[in-house]
Amino acid sequence: MMEPQEEKPIIYTMENKPIVTCAGDQALFTSLYTPLAQQLPREPMEWKRSYGRAPKMIHLEANFVQFKEELLPKEGNKALLTFPFLHIYWTDCCDTEVYKASVRDNMMRWQGNLRLHGSADWVIVVVETSDAKKKNKTNILPRSSLVDKIRNDFCNKQNDRCVVLSDPLKNSSRSQESWSAFLLKLRTLLLMSFTQNLGRFEEDMRTLREKRNQPGWSFCDYFMVQEELAFVFEMLQQFEDALLQYDELDALFTQYVLNFGAGDGANWLGSFCSPVKSWTGLLLRRPIDMEKRDGIQRGQASLLELRSYLFCRQCTLLIFLQRPWEVTQRALELLHNCVQELCLLEVSMLEGALDCWVFLSCLEVLHRIEGCCDQAQLEANVSHTVGLWAYATDKLKSLGYMCGLVSERGPLSLELNRTVDLLAGLGDEKAETVHSLQSPYKKLKEALSSVEAFERHYLELSHAAVEMYTAIGRMRSARLVGKSLAEFYMRKGDPEQAESFLQNALGSYVSEGWSLPVTHTRKQMAECQKLLGKTENYLQTSALLAGDANLTNEERIHFCQEILTFADQSTDSKAQKVALSMSYFAQLKQLQFRPATATVHSGTALQVELCLRSLMPVAVPLEQLAASVHFNLEQGETNGKTRGPQRRPYPGTVLFPLGNSSAMPPSAAVPSLELEEIQDRSPSDPRTLNSTGMVCKNTHLVMRRRDSSPSPDTPNLVSPVPVVMEDGAKMLMSGDVTLLPGNNSIVFSVPSQELGTYTLRQLCATVGQVQFVLPHISPLVQYEVYSQEPQLTVEPLTDQLLAGLPQRAKVRLQTGHYTVKKGDALQLTNIDSIPILTSSSCPATIFNSTAERVDESVLFIQSSDKVTSISLPPTPPYHTLEFQLEVLCVIPSDPVRPENQRLTNGEIHHRPRSYSHPDNHMTAINQRMSVDCPWSIYSTPISLTFYIPFKAKHSLLSAGNRKYIQVCLQNVSDVNFHLMDQRLTEKHHESSLELQSLNTKAHQLVCSKQSVYCVWDVRWKENMPVCLQCVFSASFSSASEEVSAFKPYHYEFQLERVTTLYSVRAEIMPAAGQQNCHSGSLCGLEMSITRLAEPDDDEEDDGGTEEKGQTETEEVCSTKLMYEVAGSSWVVYGRSSGLVSMPADANANHRVQVELMPLFAGHLPFPDIKVFKYLPPSANSASQPDTDSCVENGMLSLIDRPLDDQGDTASFCSQGSVHSVGSGEQQSRVLPMPRLEPFSPGQVFNHSQGCQVLVLPSTDDCVLEINAT
Amino acid sequence: MHQVRLQIKGSDEARYSYSIDVQISAVLQYWSKPKNYPLFIRSVPVQNELKFHYTVHTSLDVVEEKISAVGKAMADQRELYLGLLYPTEDYKVYGYVTNSKVKFVIVVDSSNTSLRDNEIRSMFRKLHNSFTDVMCNPFYNPGDTIQSKAFDSIVSAMMVQAS
Repeated sequence: MMEPQEEKPIIYTMENKPIVTCAGDQALFTSLYTPLAQQLPREPMEWKRSYGRAPKMIHLEANFVQFKEELLPKEGNKALLTFPFLHIYWTDCCDTEVYKASVRDNMMRWQGNLRLHGSADWVIVVVETSDAKKKNKTNILPRSSLVDKIRNDFCNKQNDRCVVLSDPLKNSSRSQESWSAFLLKLRTLLLMSFTQNLGRFEEDMRTLREKRNQPGWSFCDYFMVQEELAFVFEMLQQFEDALLQYDELDALFTQYVLNFGAGDGANWLGSFCSPVKSWTGLLLRRPIDMEKRDGIQRGQASLLELRSYLFCRQCTLLIFLQRPWEVTQRALELLHNCVQELCLLEVSMLEGALDCWVFLSCLEVLHRIEGCCDQAQLEANVSHTVGLWAYATDKLKSLGYMCGLVSERGPLSLELNRTVDLLAGLGDEKAETVHSLQSPYKKLKEALSSVEAFERHYLELSHAAVEMYTAIGRMRSARLVGKSLAEFYMRKGDPEQAESFLQNALGSYVSEGWSLPVTHTRKQMAECQKLLGKTENYLQTSALLAGDANLTNEERIHFCQEILTFADQSTDSKAQKVALSMSYFAQLKQLQFRPATATVHSGTALQVELCLRSLMPVAVPLEQLAASVHFNLEQGETNGKTRGPQRRPYPGTVLFPLGNSSAMPPSAAVPSLELEEIQDRSPSDPRTLNSTGMVCKNTHLVMRRRDSSPSPDTPNLVSPVPVVMEDGAKMLMSGDVTLLPGNNSIVFSVPSQELGTYTLRQLCATVGQVQFVLPHISPLVQYEVYSQEPQLTVEPLTDQLLAGLPQRAKVRLQTGHYTVKKGDALQLTNIDSIPILTSSSCPATIFNSTAERVDESVLFIQSSDKVTSISLPPTPPYHTLEFQLEVLCVIPSDPVRPENQRLTNGEIHHRPRSYSHPDNHMTAINQRMSVDCPWSIYSTPISLTFYIPFKAKHSLLSAGNRKYIQVCLQNVSDVNFHLMDQRLTEKHHESSLELQSLNTKAHQLVCSKQSVYCVWDVRWKENMPVCLQCVFSASFSSASEEVSAFKPYHYEFQLERVTTLYSVRAEIMPAAGQQNCHSGSLCGLEMSITRLAEPDDDEEDDGGTEEKGQTETEEVCSTKLMYEVAGSSWVVYGRSSGLVSMPADANANHRVQVELMPLFAGHLPFPDIKVFKYLPPSANSASQPDTDSCVENGMLSLIDRPLDDQGDTASFCSQGSVHSVGSGEQQSRVLPMPRLEPFSPGQVFNHSQGCQVLVLPSTDDCVLEINAT
Repeated sequence: MHQVRLQIKGSDEARYSYSIDVQISAVLQYWSKPKNYPLFIRSVPVQNELKFHYTVHTSLDVVEEKISAVGKAMADQRELYLGLLYPTEDYKVYGYVTNSKVKFVIVVDSSNTSLRDNEIRSMFRKLHNSFTDVMCNPFYNPGDTIQSKAFDSIVSAMMVQAS
C-alpha cells in the first residue's frame, strides 16, 4: 500500500472516477447525491473521439467532491487523474431577493475562480421544489424568470449551462423527466469536458514527444505524462486505449534501445545503462508497482525495472481485457527482448543475475495466470504457457551449472560465492508473497541453496515441461527438453536415467534423418552406454560414430579404436563373441560372380567377389570374413514352373542399393515400391486375360508404421540384432583380410560339389571378440550348381534333308558329367534306307561350356554290315563335341513297304512314315536310327526327316489299238536337278513287249517346281499282257553341284487291262432335209459300238473271272453293255441310255440312234458317250456282300453325277429308285441286282472324242435370252 | 549423372525447411522424405550449426501445429507464410509451408533488427520460387537433398544481403 500524497486524493486504480466538484448549496447536493451517483452510470453515452478514433459507448461515473479552490489544477500540472472535469453549482433558490442578495455573489466568486484557472466546464443546477414555492409566496417569481436571470447573468450565450431539476425527490413523472434531462445534460457535458481536456492533454503530450530528439528530453518524464493518459482511460474503463498508451511507450523505448545499438545513443538512456543491482523479477500481483513507478519518475529506474513496471501494467490491463494468454506470449517476448536489450546496451550484470530475473519472471507470470484462470482453462491453453515453463527450466539449469549444483562433487567455493551474490540481488521477499509457500522467490532461493533442492526443483520443472509438450503433441520439443534432462543426469553421474531420454531423442532424429543432431546425441549416447557398461550397445554406437562423416577424423579414430581395443582383449572364458550389425561398420556394395552366369555344373570353380565399403576411418584387420550359405537341394532343371522374373538369368553383378553415405541413415529412407505386373489368365485358354493389375511386392516394408516401431536398422534403439550365425550352414571363409577405409574387394571360392541352389544369407566379419554380422543379404543372391546327362543330338545342316542325295547332318554331343575317354565310340545301327556315307575320318570340334572352341580333332568312322562305329576323341565333361556326318536316304521306289522291320538290336523299326511337307508338298520320310552310346546301356533313338524331291505320275494313252505310256516327273523341291537316262522297263521282261522311247532328250534340266514328261510307245507282238508292271528309272543330280554324281530314281507302277476292247464312234446328223443342225431342232446321233478284241482275252483279274463265269453260265456269246449319252449343250430326246448286247465275236458292231436337240448354236462338242459293263443280277453275286456294295457304289456313282445331265439321268435315277423301292432293303439281299462296272481307261476308245458339229441358229425365231443377274 | 526416375509419393510427406541466421548470414534448409527429412540446410556460422539444427528441428513442432490449426477446408486458401514460429533468446524462427507441405524455415539472430516481417516474407517467396525451379528440373528426383547450384547461389545471395 502506498502512501497517498497529501494534496492529492487517493489514487486507487479501478476505484478512481472522474472528479466532479460541487459548489453552492451543499445540503441540497447531499440530499441529491445518492440518486445522482446511482443514476449517472445507468445509461451509456456515445463518446465521439477525435483523430478519427472509433466512437465508443461509455458508462459514465463520477466522483463528486466539494469544490475547493485547491482542486483546480495549477499551471503546468499535467496530472489528469486529479483533474476536475466538471464543476457544478447547486442552488434551490427561487426568491429573486435571495438570489440577488447572496446566491449571485457566491456564483460570481465561483465563476471567477474557475475562469482564473481556465476551466470552462461548469454547469449551474437550479433545483425547484414545490415546497419552496409555497413557502415564499410574496416574492415568488415565475421559475423561469429566475432561471432566465441566472442565464442572463452567467451563461453568456451558453444557455445549456444552466439546468433546472424539478422536484428531484418526488416520484412523479415530471420529476423523472426532469431527472433524465438533467442526467443527459450532465453526461453530455462530462463527455465534452473529456474530449476537450483529453484532447488538449494529448496535444501537449504529442508536442512533448516531438521534442524527444532535443537534448534534455527525458523518456521518464514523457513516460509519466503518457501514463497519465493511460490512467484516465483505465479510469474510464477504456482498457484497450490504456493498453495502447503503454504499448506506444514500449515501442518508443524499444526503438531507442535499437537506435542505441545502431550507435545513436540518447543521453537519457544513460540511466538505463547503469549496472543492474537488483533482479527481483516481475511483480504482477499489484495493479501498480508504485515503488518502481517512483523510480521511473525520479529517473533512477534500471532497464529491468522499467521493463518490469511496463509489463506489469500491460499485464494488468490484459487481464482486465480477459486476455491472459496474450500475457504469456508477451511475457516470453519481453524476457527474450530484455536479454537482447541488456546485451545491446552493454549493461553490466552479475553473471547469472539475468537468469535469476528470467526464472523469477517466468514463474511470476505463470502464477499470475494460474491465479486468474481455472484448471480447465489452463489445461486447454498449455501451448501458451509451456514456453515459459521451458524457459524457466532452461534458466534454472544454467543457474545450476553456474553455481555448481549439478556436478557430483557439489559447489566449489567460487560457485558458492556466486550463489550468495545472486541471492543478494534478489533482495527481500515482497510483502505480497511472504506468506505464500510456493512463491517464485522462495523457489529460487531454495533451489540455489542446495544440490538436492536444486535437483528436486529442476526435475519438477523439466518433467512439467516435458509433460506439457507431450500433451500438446510437440514431441520434438519434449525430446529436446528430455535430452537436456539427460545431460543433467549425465553430469550427476546417473547414466541409467539419461539413457532412455537419449534414446527417445535419438530415435526421433534418426527417424527424421537429421544427421547433425543424430551425431551429437549419439556421442552422448556412447558416453552414457560406456558408463553403464553396456558393451554391445556401446560398441555398436562406437561403430556408428566411427563411420560418421559429421565427426572429425580424430573423433572417428577414437571410436574405431574403442572397438579395436575391445576386440583385442583376450577374454579367458571363451565367451560368446559380441555380435554387432555390420551395416555401420561396412557396407556391402556389390557382389560379383565369376563366371557371371552364377550357374555352374558341379565341380567347377565358382568365385564370388565381394565389394565391401569400410566406413571405418582406419584400416581394420579382420581375422575372418565369412559368408554363410544356405543350401537348397532344388535342381534348376527339375523346377518345372517358371518363377517369373526371378528366373531371369542372373546378372553376374548384384548391386546393393544403399542410402548415400552416412548423411542419410538407411532407416530414414523409404524403401522404394517394388511393383510387378500380374496377369490372371483363364486356365482354359491362355490367350484370354481375365484380369491384370499391379502388385506391390514389399508392402510389409512400405506400409510399416514408422513412429511406433523403431526400425531394426537403428541399433541404438533395440537390443542388438539377433545375429547368431546359423549353425551347420555352409560357410565361405576368407581369413586375415584387412579392410581399408573405402572399397575393398574380397574374393571367395565357392564350393560347388553338391547339386542345388545356394543362397548367400549372411555376412560376418570377425575382429577379435567382435563380430560384425550382416543378418540378411538383400536382394537375394543365389548361385546354382547343376549336373547334366550327356546328350546326343543330330540335326540337319540345311533347312531340309533331301532324300536320294548325300546330305550333311550335324551331330552334337554334350558330354554333361560324362568324360569321353579314348576309345569311346558311338555305334550306329545301320538301316538299309540310310547308309552313312563313311568318309573314314571327319573333323570334330570341341567346345567348352561357354561355347568357346577348345580343341579340334578327327573322328574315325568304321562301317561294318550292321553297325557304323564312330570313335570319339577324348572330351572333358561339360563340353560339346560337334561333327558332321554325311548321310543318304534312299528314295523308296515303291511307297508300299513291309509293315515292320526288325532292327538288329531288337527294336521294332517302324516303317518310315511318309507325309507331305506342308509347304511344298514334298513327301517326307522319317528315318529313325538308334545309337549306342558309351555312357548308357540304352540306345539313343535319333530321328531324321528326309524329303523326296520328286513326284511321279503315270498315265496310259490310247489311239485305237495303239498304246502309249506317259510318265510325268515333277520336281517338288526348291533345288534344280539334272535328269538323264530316263528309262521305262517292264518288270517281267516280256519278250513280246517293246517299249519304245519317244523322248528326244537324254539329258534334261528340271527346275524347281517344274515337271518333265516322258512318253513311251507300247508295242507288243503277241497277246498284250493283262497287267503291265513298269519301272521308270532316271538318274538325277543336283544342278548346283559342280561334280554331279547322278543318283538313281525309280518309280514303279502297274498298268492293267491295257487292251482296247471296244471302240465307239458317233455321228450327228441334221434333221432330214437339212444341211446343218439348228439349235432348238432335233437331230440324230448315231453311235456305233464295235468290239475290237475277243472277250476271252479280256479279263484276267478277279472281277473279270467272276464275270466270265457269269457269261458262261447265262449267255455264252454276248456281253451286255450299257451306254449313256450326256452333254451340257444337248438335250436328249427319249432314252439317253440303254443296254446293248454285244456279240462275243470280234468286230461285232452295234448301232444305236438317239435323238438330240442342241441348245445353242455354234461348234458344239459331241455329247459324252459313256459305256459301262452291265452285269445282270445273279444269285451268285447276290450272295456275296461285295457285289451288293458294288452295285450300291455303282448306283451312287451314277447318281452322283453332275446336275447338267439331269435330263438323261432321270431315267437312270428312276431305274435305280425302282430297284430300290421294288426290292427294298431286306429283299436286296435276296433279290440280285444288276451291276454296272466302268471300263479301265484304255479299254474303250472313243473315236469321236473331241469332235465338234456345227449348229446354226434356229431360223424361225430369234429368241434372245438375257439373264440378268 | 542424374537419373530420371518416376516416383509416386504422397505429397503430404514432402517436407522442407530452411533457416537463416541473418546476423552472420546463415541459411539452413530442410526437406524431409519420410517425414520432415531435411532437404537442404545451410548455416553460415558453422560453429553454431548444431544449435541451428536443433532449433529448426524443434520448430517443426510449431509448423505442424500451425498447419493443423488451419481447418482442412481452408487449407487451399491458407497463407503460406506462417510468420514467427516462436522466439528464443537467441533466434527468431520463421516458417513457411508450400501447398505440397514442403516446409521452409528461416532462423534469424534475435539481435538482427533490420529484417522485418515483410523482408522475411519476400525471402520466403524467393526461396519458394527457386525451389519450384529445382522441382521442375527433370533430373531432380523429388525427395533427394537439393544440390542445385542455382538454388544454392540464391540462398547464399539472400544470406549475404540479409547480414
